[in-house]
Parts: sequence; C-alpha cells; structure tokens
Amino acid sequence: MKKNVIEVKNLEKYFEVSGGFFSRKKATVKAVDDITFEIPFGESLGLVGQSGCGKTTTARALCLLDPKTGGEVSFYNNEKSEMESIDELEGEELKKFRRNIQMIFQDPYESLNPRWTIKDIILEPLNIHNIGDLDEREEAVAEILQTVGLTPPENYMPRYPHELSGGQRQRVSIARTLIMKPKFVVCDEPTSMLDVSIRISIMDLMLNLAKDLEVSYLYITHDLAVARYMCNRIAVMFNGKIVEIAETEELLNNPVHPYTKRLISSIPVPDPTYDRKVYDINFDELDSLIEKHGSDSPMIDIGNQHYVATHDVKGLI
Amino acid sequence: MEENINQDLQKELRREAIKRNWQLFKQSKLGMIGLYIVIFFLFLALLQPFLFITGIWNKGVYDPVVGYEPIKDTLLVVECPKEYPTEKYESYSDCPAKGEVNIKKLYMAPGVEVGDMYETFIQPAPPSRRHLLGTDSLGRDIFSQIMEGSQVAFILGLLSATLGVGISTILGTIAAFFGGRIDAYLMRQSDLILMLPSLPLLFIISAFAELKVWHLAVVLGVLGGLGGSVITIKSQALQVKVKPFVDSARITGGSNMKILFSHVLPNVAPLALLFMVFSVTGAIASESVLSFLGLLNIDMSWGIMIYLSQTDGFIFSGMRYWWLILPAGLAVTFLAGGFYLVGRGLDDVFNPRLRKR
Amino acid sequence: MSKDVLVVKDLNMHYETLSGDVSAVKNVSFTVKEGESFGLVGESGCGKTSVAMSLLQLQADNAKISSGSIKLDGIEMVGMSESELRKVRWDGISIVFQGAMNAWNPVVKVGEQIREAIREHYPNNTKIQNTEKIESLFKMVGLDSTIMDRFPHELSGGMKQRAVIALALSCDPKVVIADEPTTALDVVIQDQILKEIKKVQELLGLSLIYISHDIAVIAEMTDKMAVMYAGSIVEKGPTSEIFANPQHSYTKSLLASTPSVVGDKVKLNSLEGEPPSLIDQIEGCSFAPRCPNRNTTCHPELDMELVEVGPDHFVDICSASRN
Repeated sequence: MKKNVIEVKNLEKYFEVSGGFFSRKKATVKAVDDITFEIPFGESLGLVGQSGCGKTTTARALCLLDPKTGGEVSFYNNEKSEMESIDELEGEELKKFRRNIQMIFQDPYESLNPRWTIKDIILEPLNIHNIGDLDEREEAVAEILQTVGLTPPENYMPRYPHELSGGQRQRVSIARTLIMKPKFVVCDEPTSMLDVSIRISIMDLMLNLAKDLEVSYLYITHDLAVARYMCNRIAVMFNGKIVEIAETEELLNNPVHPYTKRLISSIPVPDPTYDRKVYDINFDELDSLIEKHGSDSPMIDIGNQHYVATHDVKGLI
Repeated sequence: MEENINQDLQKELRREAIKRNWQLFKQSKLGMIGLYIVIFFLFLALLQPFLFITGIWNKGVYDPVVGYEPIKDTLLVVECPKEYPTEKYESYSDCPAKGEVNIKKLYMAPGVEVGDMYETFIQPAPPSRRHLLGTDSLGRDIFSQIMEGSQVAFILGLLSATLGVGISTILGTIAAFFGGRIDAYLMRQSDLILMLPSLPLLFIISAFAELKVWHLAVVLGVLGGLGGSVITIKSQALQVKVKPFVDSARITGGSNMKILFSHVLPNVAPLALLFMVFSVTGAIASESVLSFLGLLNIDMSWGIMIYLSQTDGFIFSGMRYWWLILPAGLAVTFLAGGFYLVGRGLDDVFNPRLRKR
Repeated sequence: MSKDVLVVKDLNMHYETLSGDVSAVKNVSFTVKEGESFGLVGESGCGKTSVAMSLLQLQADNAKISSGSIKLDGIEMVGMSESELRKVRWDGISIVFQGAMNAWNPVVKVGEQIREAIREHYPNNTKIQNTEKIESLFKMVGLDSTIMDRFPHELSGGMKQRAVIALALSCDPKVVIADEPTTALDVVIQDQILKEIKKVQELLGLSLIYISHDIAVIAEMTDKMAVMYAGSIVEKGPTSEIFANPQHSYTKSLLASTPSVVGDKVKLNSLEGEPPSLIDQIEGCSFAPRCPNRNTTCHPELDMELVEVGPDHFVDICSASRN
C-alpha cells in the first residue's frame, strides 16, 4: 500500500447568497458538496468537470486560499511520518505546511506579477520562508530555471513577464512552484491557454518533474484527453460532487455514470474517419436525481478501485 | 562575473523599457505639447534664481515683491475744458491726451501751472526693454513675478499632488485589501469629502488660519487624498487583489503586509502617478482662485498678480493694462493645461486599451 | 460539381505598428465551394483571425491589404467602398466571433439586436415577418423563441453562443465564418454547439469557414482544410487526406501533439521552440528553425510556395521537395 500525500474527507464548501435586493432569505450554494479522495505519493489525480462544477473551489480550499465549510483535509507530515490534519494548523506550523503545497494557475499572463523580474518572482517563496543566504537563493533560481528548460538562466532572470511568451511564462510559474520542492501541487488548467504545440512540451515537463522530484498533482481540467495524458486516476465532478473516480484507462474504457459517459462522448477526436457516438442525457433530470439521492448514499466500489456515486441512475441510461 | 553580466543586462532591459514607454508617450501629440509647456515653465521657475545669483538681475530692481524701478515720464500740464467738443478735444474722454496730465489731478502738488512740464513716474508701466512684461502698479517687474509664480505653482502643485496621491493610494489599497469595516469607513469618509463643497470649505479654513503656500498644499493634498481618488484607487487595487499572482504569494505563505506592499501597491502605482499629474492641475487652479479672492497669505503668485490688478482697479480697464492681467492669466491656464495634457499622454502609456498597436 | 462561392487569391495583409510592419497574412489562397466546410487551423498569432477579418474587410485601422483578391460569388471585395461592403457583409458573408458571448449589447434584448441586423438588410420586411424569421432562426439553433425577449445577461454561455449563430444566419448569408466559436465553452456545450453548426450548415447548404486551433474539432467539422503557420498556408487539401497522409512537418507535429480519449494512450511529441515573430522578414521556409524532420535533402532557402502532391492536396515546397 502506497503512502498518501493528501487525504480529503467529506470536503464541503457552501456559499451563502442573498436572494435579491428585497428578499431577506439567504440561499446556500453547495459549490463543493461532500467530496472524498486521496492521492498517493508520486501519483496524479485528474479532477474533470464542466466549469462551475466546483473544481476550482476545491483547489482553493485545499490550498487554504478560502476556508472550507466542512470536512477534513490531512497531509503527510514528513517529520512525524504520519498523516496530520491541516485544519488546526496555526502560525509557524501553518507557514511550514505551506512549503509542501503549491498551485499553478491557468493564466500565465496573470499569474506572474508584471512589475517583478523573473528572478524576483521565483525568489519570492525563498524570501518568504527565509531559506538559504542570498547566493544560495540565486543559485537555486538559476538551477530551477535550467530544470524547467529556460536556459541560459541569466538570460531570463532580469526579464519581466511580458517579455516572455505564454509557454515560457508557464515554465516560470512551474519553476516558482517547484523551488520549494513541494510534495503536492494543485494545477488549475495550466495548459488550457497555451497553443497546442507548446501545450505538450509543458505537460511533458510537468510529467518529468513529477517523476524526478516525486511530486503529486491534483490536475484540474475540463479536457479528459489532457487528464488522460497527465493523470493516473481521474475523478469526474458534477455539481459539486464527485460522481465517478477510477484509474484513467478504466474510467475511459468502462464509464458507468451517465455524466461521465456524456463527458467522454463529447470530446472531439482528431481523426476524421472516427464516427463519434454521442451519448445524450437530460441534465435537468440528472440534477434532480442527484438532489434526491445524492447526499445520503456513499460511493460504491464496482471493482478495480472504480467508484461510482450511487444515486439511482438507471432511469437515465 | 556572471553577476556583472546579469546586472548589465538588467540595466539594459530597464533602459529599453523606459525607451519603449517614452516612445509610446511620444506618440501622443497632446502629451508632448503638455510636456513642452511644463518644461517651459520649469525653465522659467529655475531661471529667476539663476539671474539673481549671477547678478544679471539686480535684486533691488527685479525682486518680485520688493523690487522697484520707477519709469520716468514728462507730461504737459493742461486744464480740461468743461464743455466739449473744443478745438483740441472731441469728447470728455479725449482729455488729457497722450503725454498730458489734467491739472485737477495734481491738486496735491503745489505750484504747478498749466503749461508746465510735469515729471512723474508711470506705474504700471508698459513693457519696455528693461521690463519685458512691464511693471505693476507698485513698479515691480511682471516678468520676475511670473517666474516667482511658476515656482509657487510647481511647489504647490507637486507637493499637494504627491501628498494627496500618497494618502489615497495607501488608503485605497488598504480598503481593497482588508475590506469589511475598514473599507466601509474609508468609503463613507470619501463620500463625505466628496459631498463637501471644497471651495467654501477652503474659505472657512482660510478665515481661521493664515494660509501660506505650504499650508495650502497640505490642505489641498489631504482633501484630494481623502476624496474620490480613494474610490478609484480602491477599484484598481481590487482588480489586482484577485490576480493569481497574489493568490500564489498567499499559498506560499506571504503575510498580508508583504503582499500589500510588494504585489498590490506596485500595480496600482501607474494609476496613482496618473492621478498625481491630473491633481497638479486642480491644485494650481485652486491656488489662483483662492489668491484672487484674497484668501491666501502669499507674497507672490499668479493668483495674487490677478488679485492685485483687480484691487488696484485695472482689471476692468479693457486691454489698456493688458500686461497686468494677461501674463498671469495665461500662465495659470497654460501650466494647468500642460499638466493635464501630460496626464493624457501618460494615460496612453499606462492604459494599454487606449494604445494604438 | 458545385460552384466556387469564395475565392481568395494571393492575399497579403500586414499591420503597421510602432516597431515596424507585421505581415500577418502572406500569399494566402483558397477556394470554398457551395455547401462545403473549410477549416483553417493554426496556433494563435498564425494569422487565422487576420484572414477572417480580411474576408469581411473588418480589419483593424492599422491593417492594410497590400495585394490579392477576395471574390465572393465572382464579385471582387478588395477595394470596395464602405457602403458597398455593408451590403455584402452579413447577407453575403457573416461571422460568428471568437468569444461571441461578449458580442451582445447588454442593455438591448437579444431578439431586438437580431431584428436590427435584419432590418438593415431587408428594410421592406414587416415587423411580423421579422419576428417569424427570428423564431425560425432560434428554432434552427435549438433555442426557445421566448429567448427573444431576454437580455443577454439572462442567458447562459451556450445559449448566447447559439443566439450569436442565429444572428450570423439572420440575413441568409452564403458564407459563414466561425472563428473559434467554442473556445470559451465547456466540452459538453462545445459538443452541442458544433452539432448545431453542422446541422444548420447542412440544412441551409451554407459554405462554412471554420477557424480553430484545435485540430480535433477541424477533423470533425470540415471537408477541406488548410494549415497555417506564421501567416502562410503550409498545407491544404481534403481533411481526410491530410489526416491520413500529412505531408508538412508542421502538420505532422500538430497531429502528433493532440491528445485523444480514444485509441491507445500514445506518447505525444512536442514541438520545440516558438513561432517566429512576424515583424522580421522571413526568407525561405518559416518553419525550418523548429522543424524536427530536417535533413540534408531539405531546401529551406526556397521561397514558400504550395505544390500539388496528391489530388487537391497541396503542401509547401520545402516539405514537398524533401526525400
């Protein structure tokens, strides 16, 4: 049994929204509703779903950007060699924990401070945590730039983000993320804004780094084809819930949940001779079914570590 | 060695960035006109001390406040007739003619007879070679006053703008960053300042305190800094606050203060600079209005010059004493306008949406 | 054999910028037949959108068409006056913009905005006729007719995009350009929109120019396609032929770098380097610096020119001449 780097249990994130100008009623939006998963060391989990399904909310909750409203998140503590809940961490402990978790954002144009040089951007985590003396820090920056393929590093260090191309900027983001040698990185669609030919090189870079540095990714994307390339396991999210989670190939070859089937069938195939079968479902019906049965029934294992949400899906197939 | 290359490259890149921005600014014709105007007045402001130090100008003659050089003129004393027209004068307004003086005006000088030549000093004197823009009613050099006025305008404008924008940038960023009660309080405060009519407020302040240039700069700066610009800076800071690089710093464990000062502030700075340039315009205009109304305790400024020409009764004399009003009036208009145009030019540089690609 | 609706020949377009001229479109030629769908694929900045804008003569102020011709139904569009163009636009050729969700005026009802477009081109129609027309358009793109009285912000992204398609069809154009119409949408909605476009195209016998960076979408949507790189077309031909037998190295790289959910999981090949800056004059083959298949038989110094390598299948001379 592999050790897990992160375990998420019954994570919930509810938002309260007011019901309009004159109404005092407050509605609750369940952006993330009772999701559970774990990621072993060195493996990557893909979180796939439509926009607005709660992928990014999950990511932000895991990175402690926004407080969650319920559930438990545990992280592997290297010093104690055991899982440790991160919910009660405070002060120095919290700061220490933050070294282990990083996030790569979707937009390479917005995720780097336009007024900072590349060197300063990558140095920031080291400065915040006060690691090494100045020369060591500089060396670390040069080294990580080389690792992400920006060579020679001294050509990039004094530049500003707008002087680089999209692919190069995303490499800088990755470098900044990895300079703390985190064990767990949340990736929020890091390649969706890049061009096709550059996208693969970034994905390959991330895969190689994962292997070399033993990093686990939580890879958020709406594109199953990308998730397939990047991840060992895929979790399909729909309306704040995980409806199906399995090994990547198992999920693609043997989808059970109607939403998963719909998602897989809607990916265009780069082959004009391939006749894509479209599997259509009624989203309203699915919504109301999940509403009715979703919250009180756990996910069941149908073999091969393939879990499916157990709301009655027969009526839809 | 590598470090050196690194620094050289950094310097070069910075130089290039400045060059690029300068080129963008140069694209804006209005901005360039504004810049020329501002430079012209800056030159005037610096020229005056230079002239005094080098002794080209004598302080006793050219000092804008206490300088005095009478221009002598000899007039023929005449007696204006009671009825018109006469042979010499067609109507009442023709007497005394040029080079003449009515004896009735000289009742204070005993022993003067009609037909005498009367020596007098003309004040205000029209432009001459020694006084390029003439003198005012106290015999002081107008050109020197204009120079002194532009010093006042620069000190006042830049000081109050820096102060105002500094205050509003810090408050706006804090409001955006911390939100909640601090935000609510700061926003209500700017609403209040916006609501207060600023001119009457300045009247009241000047009634209680003797306002000098420095005081006025502080008052204008604080009023401007607490007013509407806080709201605008806040909205800009709100946009920066939700950028992924701020999130990313937070995930890494950056403290609020660190994020505020190293991420948010530098990114609202261009807008703040823009505000600063525009508020110079406002400060210069306010100064002239207050001086014109005689509410400021300043020795010399463009506003004071216009004020003096009015209290001495020359302002409604048409263009006859133009050198008393026009230079000061035009200076105020041009410098205020010049800063505004520079702001427009900077807007082109900082606002990529307005940029011509 | 159906007739040619749109003939583009040797189109050259550049942008005048501070740092010099940017040649965005270089010697682009292609023909779209009646009822055919033609795909234009390439990375961002390769000139796809510039081609679309030139076709509509809607290019930015600093863009200049320096040479070439665009013939719609035999009528030359380059050099037309603005008033003539206004007639041709929308009822001859219309466009579904990239990020069309923002194409709506937020304070005018969706139906009114479409009505406006129809009124411009058919001033003699009665109000009832126009309403019927909009209703039929909405039905065609799978929208309820009550959407007409809604404001844009009341619609979801997919609905807005459908309405944009209805708007593009409102004046019965012969050619519709779809410029990345699904880029900002989710896969499921993208799938629905693609199906809708295809259905409408077949129903009305439209000629479609589909512009995308996603070669998988092009594979599904088009009969013929052209691959653009650095402002030039490097390969064009029937879509099935190009996918089965890609000739240009860039086309091969594109195909090798697109992940898929069907078939075996394959190692994808990335393309090193970045596309060239269009501000510099590029001599010879623009792809040569990144080309993974360079060998001694290459002739990268040859000026770019398309040569026929198969029936209706053209490829740049540099790749064609390689052994």
